[in-house]
Amino acid sequence: MTRTPAVTPSARARRVEHIWGTAIGVDVGDAADDEVLDRVFGWFRRVDDLFSTWRDDTEISRLGRGELELRDASPEVHAVLDLSDRITDESRGAFDIRIGADPRVDPQPGRGPLDASGLVKGWALERAAELLLAAGVANFSINAGGDLVTRGRPEPDRLWRVGIQHPWHRHAVAAVVQGTDLAVATSGRYELGEHIIDPRTGRHPTGLMAVTVIGADLALADGYATAAIVLGDEGMHWLATLPDIEALGITDSQAVVTTDGFARYRTQ
Amino acid sequence: MRRAIPVIISTAGGLALLANFHTKPPGASVATAPASSTTITTEPQQTSGSPSAPTTTVAAGAKRTIDGPAVSTPYGDVQVRVTLDGTKIVDVQGIQLPFDRSRSQRLSQSAAPILHNEVLKAQSAQIDLVSGASYTSDAYSRSLQGALDHAGG
Repeated sequence: MTRTPAVTPSARARRVEHIWGTAIGVDVGDAADDEVLDRVFGWFRRVDDLFSTWRDDTEISRLGRGELELRDASPEVHAVLDLSDRITDESRGAFDIRIGADPRVDPQPGRGPLDASGLVKGWALERAAELLLAAGVANFSINAGGDLVTRGRPEPDRLWRVGIQHPWHRHAVAAVVQGTDLAVATSGRYELGEHIIDPRTGRHPTGLMAVTVIGADLALADGYATAAIVLGDEGMHWLATLPDIEALGITDSQAVVTTDGFARYRTQ
Repeated sequence: MRRAIPVIISTAGGLALLANFHTKPPGASVATAPASSTTITTEPQQTSGSPSAPTTTVAAGAKRTIDGPAVSTPYGDVQVRVTLDGTKIVDVQGIQLPFDRSRSQRLSQSAAPILHNEVLKAQSAQIDLVSGASYTSDAYSRSLQGALDHAGG
């Protein structure tokens, strides 16, 4: 596990650690002491202990194998499963964390019978943001492998600017959004290959290469983005019916589709 | 009920363009065809002589309207009318759109929301963060976010 603290002259703190098989970066615009960042990263490690599908001893793995009863699971696990059920309902089955138990789906390393990775990152980042706010930190961003939350401002005179990764050009963005308190989740088929499976068919979806959802809650945004990829050609139409979110989709044919209110976040 | 669907038209120059169009509200009866959004690629210049050959109308100024050929899909025929100003598409209307009514009806009981379409562009920008599909730790150093971290925020 690497740790890369860096403090700029403006008393800014940045720390990056590799957890959940990805990199989590916390960027604090205020002078936050190390203890607060320690607590945030301690929380991320607890989430890994509960939800990692790469380890046999996590609650999610034991639940999936039937070795742990739901009533004995932690409140955090209950909270994530409840959220997951909500997204499954809203997407009419396009999102389902029980996909790994489907006999049509080939076993893969890291894919357990219960796999909440589609929303647990977003959920954990929301809780981390609450932790930072409660500690008196008002200006910060947290980015976990491309799903992110921001609060306040990066500098007093400007907004957070978030680039949306271009699926086919690694060093380019497809759009830029800005704001103060943002939750931005992106799901895509371009980075990890065809890892998303349609729970309704057991197949890899097509139609949408990437979907970015901006909303008030990153856990929902994370799940919605994944569900939209599964819905494929219908995905953006479905997202546009949901309240309190805006979305940008990039189709396999390299078209950009946005919901009507997306423009209010957009600068480029 | 208004909705928009992405359409790609290939012109003789191979120019791929994109625009919005809106369908009329569905009537009391709901189409029974399975719903799916469709991206249509037509090559109007190669269809001359066929019954659905495109017709071009040169209006005053540089604006032109072109009817594309009817294109068969599993859900029925699709045909669009595009308005060009020079080489720029300024409007696309659906003439035949059989495939989306039942879905609109199913997705929302109220007015269907509007989607906007555009061509994907690769841009560079001054940004604080990058939102993208999950990358592994190994890929991280090559990613945009990695470049930002090296820059020290």
